[in-house]
Amino acid sequence: MTKTHVTMKVNGAEVEGLVEPRTLLVHFIRENLQMTGTHIGCETTHCGACTVDIDGMSVKSCTMFAVQAQGSDITTVEGMANADGTLSALQEGFRMMHGLQCGFCTPGMIMRAHRLLQENPSPSEQEIRMGISGNICRCTGYQNIVKAIQYASAKINGVEFREAAE
Amino acid sequence: MNDMTPTREQREAALEGMGCKRKRVEDIRFTQGKGNYVDDVKLPGMLHGDFVRSPHPHARVQKIDDSEALKVPGVLAVITAETLKTVNLAWMPTLAGDVQMVLADGKVLFQNQEVAFVVATDRYAADDGINKVIVEYEPLPPLVDPFKSMDKDAPVLREDLVGKMSGAHGPRKHDNHIFEWTVGDKELTDAAFNKAEVTIKEMISYHRTHPSPLETCQCVCSFDKIKGELTIYGTFQAPHVIRTVVALIAKLPEQKIHVIAPDIGGGFGNKVGAYPGYICAAVASIVTGKPVKWVEDRIENLTATSFARDYHMTTEIAATKDGKVTGLRVHVLADHGAFDACADPSKWPAGFFNIVTGSYDFPTAHLAVDGVYTNKAPGGVAYRCSFRVTEAAYCIERGMDILAQKLKMDPAELRLKNFIKPEQFPYHSALGWEYDSGDYHTAMRKMMETTGYAALRKEQEEKRAAFKRGETREIMGLGVSFFTEIVGAGPSKNCDILGIAMFDSCEIRMHPTGAGIARMGTKSQGQGHETTWAQIIATEIGIPADNIMVEEGNTDTAPYGLGTYGSRSTPVAGAAIAMAARKIKAKAQMIAAYKLEVHEDDLEFDIDGFRVKGLPEKFMSMKDICWAAYNSVPPGMEPGLEAVSYYDPPNMTYPFGAYLCVMDIDVDTGVYKVRRFYALDDCGTRINPMIIEGQVHGGLTEAFAIAMGQEIRYDDVGNVVTGSFMDFFMPTAVETPHWETDFTVTPSPHHPIGAKGVGESPNVGGVPAFSNAVNDAFSFLGSTHIQMPHDFWRNWKAAKELGAVA
Repeated sequence: MTKTHVTMKVNGAEVEGLVEPRTLLVHFIRENLQMTGTHIGCETTHCGACTVDIDGMSVKSCTMFAVQAQGSDITTVEGMANADGTLSALQEGFRMMHGLQCGFCTPGMIMRAHRLLQENPSPSEQEIRMGISGNICRCTGYQNIVKAIQYASAKINGVEFREAAE
Repeated sequence: MNDMTPTREQREAALEGMGCKRKRVEDIRFTQGKGNYVDDVKLPGMLHGDFVRSPHPHARVQKIDDSEALKVPGVLAVITAETLKTVNLAWMPTLAGDVQMVLADGKVLFQNQEVAFVVATDRYAADDGINKVIVEYEPLPPLVDPFKSMDKDAPVLREDLVGKMSGAHGPRKHDNHIFEWTVGDKELTDAAFNKAEVTIKEMISYHRTHPSPLETCQCVCSFDKIKGELTIYGTFQAPHVIRTVVALIAKLPEQKIHVIAPDIGGGFGNKVGAYPGYICAAVASIVTGKPVKWVEDRIENLTATSFARDYHMTTEIAATKDGKVTGLRVHVLADHGAFDACADPSKWPAGFFNIVTGSYDFPTAHLAVDGVYTNKAPGGVAYRCSFRVTEAAYCIERGMDILAQKLKMDPAELRLKNFIKPEQFPYHSALGWEYDSGDYHTAMRKMMETTGYAALRKEQEEKRAAFKRGETREIMGLGVSFFTEIVGAGPSKNCDILGIAMFDSCEIRMHPTGAGIARMGTKSQGQGHETTWAQIIATEIGIPADNIMVEEGNTDTAPYGLGTYGSRSTPVAGAAIAMAARKIKAKAQMIAAYKLEVHEDDLEFDIDGFRVKGLPEKFMSMKDICWAAYNSVPPGMEPGLEAVSYYDPPNMTYPFGAYLCVMDIDVDTGVYKVRRFYALDDCGTRINPMIIEGQVHGGLTEAFAIAMGQEIRYDDVGNVVTGSFMDFFMPTAVETPHWETDFTVTPSPHHPIGAKGVGESPNVGGVPAFSNAVNDAFSFLGSTHIQMPHDFWRNWKAAKELGAVA
């Protein structure tokens, strides 16, 4: 099949590659760029394990062709740590609040939570639950993911994080 | 001592040992996208394989034409049953003593069954090839309803078994019959029913569902022709078992098989068994001489790779009229699909379903299980439970509620009246288990007090009256569940897989600088073993958990183990860790005695080292002992500090818990709201409370999914109608209730650290709590039992059938 040349920015770096028109963005990221943090859980746009940030929007990269991402600015989980290599507030929140178990949904969850906090820096529990409802987690029951995002929100906003009573 | 000397509390805290909410080691890589899952494995020249699958649930395969497929750019090979026959792998043995087609051999027996394996240069080309393989089928009548499997005129599914009236588990009654398994005293039980004052009888179904971890099943197989070695990276909950299975069926020397289970994206029982994809990828690698990757998609996972439950349990309880149970009789019709591929210990065709007497003192019981074939996917895995324990817990917990309703007793009171009493432990159940420990009354009463159970019942009574007066359209249900699990398979006297006793293992190797590595026979799929195993070692030998690396999943380096499923890791491997650590500690004591110039008996262990009794300043830390182990051991002693333990548990462990679900249901829409869910778990000694709580949250969420909608459903002609996350209920953060957790601690008396296992308890206890809540809500309208799953539509239908909706 004829291949198309694509260029885009991923985690701040210009990248390029040759792809078939049907190549999914998630496969371009995982196979061509060899960045395997973005996962595939369902291939039907339900689970959100493949969520990346594209031009300021959360996108499920299993439902977009690589050619559609031509010229766009993409952030994946590999681009989420602080510049000095330490865990970002969100990554730290997931660890401190035990917001992950098997870790398979985690990159997508973190990418979605990242955009959610850009849109709404101090979301309520209900807003968080609704905000991550496109991402499925099979391990945690979400309660600690909610806390992880609240932790990050507090840290980013410079306020003290208080865990809600059980 | 000067002010800089750390206090005892500081020394203990520095270890981050047992009981500490230690943050997880794994999270550093997982939060940065640096996990290494199977699909992340890329080997030079790697090919991709994918399946042609059957659209028919039952059909004869007349012809497979791969000529057009082989012309597709990138397609290198098409493997069929005929190819596999040349290496004697067209069929494979199952863990349950049956055989299973790897690729359709003459017939297909369930929709989406594997028919041919297309090998290509990438996953897109493989898919192109699949579309060009032409298969001619002659459809046969499908057998979907297990209750019709043993009808005289039922179509015979397994032609390979025709006339074989004996299977792996004894006599067969019909060509579609697999086994009958009976336990207990039939005569005594029948007698109890004959003289019972009150009896109940109900057919309680536990529908077919699927574990569906977020990462599907996958592997990369690489055969090195020169060395004759096969390396398999795979989503394996039990890597050593896979190695042995491959050695046995592929006739390869076991030392030349390297099985590596890297990070695993959830298992829940789905990744215990061996599936056709693994065999085909291995054969494809042998045929092509290149590494071959197989990654199933979600539809394949849901429809072909295993299932769970599908037990139809006719349940009878005999009792006195004041509510004392006198007998239990259960008959199970078990739908196994096309092949019996249950992942149970070999001698247990229905797993540990004979835990069905639950937490109650039944003087007698009898159980019979009939396994049958249908045109459905094979499996029967333990979806977040010990083998068939969820089914058993659901059976007895529904049964007790139905009995309470008949006796007009409160379900909690009925349970309290029939619990095994603390002084009866160790308790021998009527169906053959020895319960090691328990304190059920305390747990139940704590649940009732904490939730304000009595007040909730009063509120329910008022709401029912208001409903009858027409003032509300909402009904309220209280779902009580009290479960006893049986986990930690298991003692070699009654548990094996393919003849291998179900021990587990740990090897600890301490390094000179006071650090070490622990290698395990288990394999975490999210349970956090790298974190918790190190905590056990930290407490046992006084080396900080941060200095202990835990390694799992490489069969070349790990001691042989039976893997992680059935909540067996903590009861079995957790014990092996403690025993290996104690061997380290015993040698360390000898070294310390030599260095401190005293007799061993004059030393006592003190948090992180040995101290001379009565001389507190004479102390040698474990860190210093590690160093000494490599340069100045006592004369005659071998240098080094390492130990291995293979632990054969003397008994299972029996975690238990008391759960309550408070639910409101709108009868006009069937929409339910879980107002409150309280879960009290007793898993004995608690290693990491943070991880326990996380396990309980996750298990409850899966229980919620199963009870309230998660089902693998077939239509009347054998089509799977729940083949993606669109139709297969997968709760998101919006639907998932808020969880309240609590605990009591009753240590296991036979386990070295008293731990019992917890990962599966919330699924075992959760499902009956949800289902009992729905049934309790409807009971005042005249219903006795409504089958799961309780989705909105079924709730509305129940309300309509009971006359609550016009």
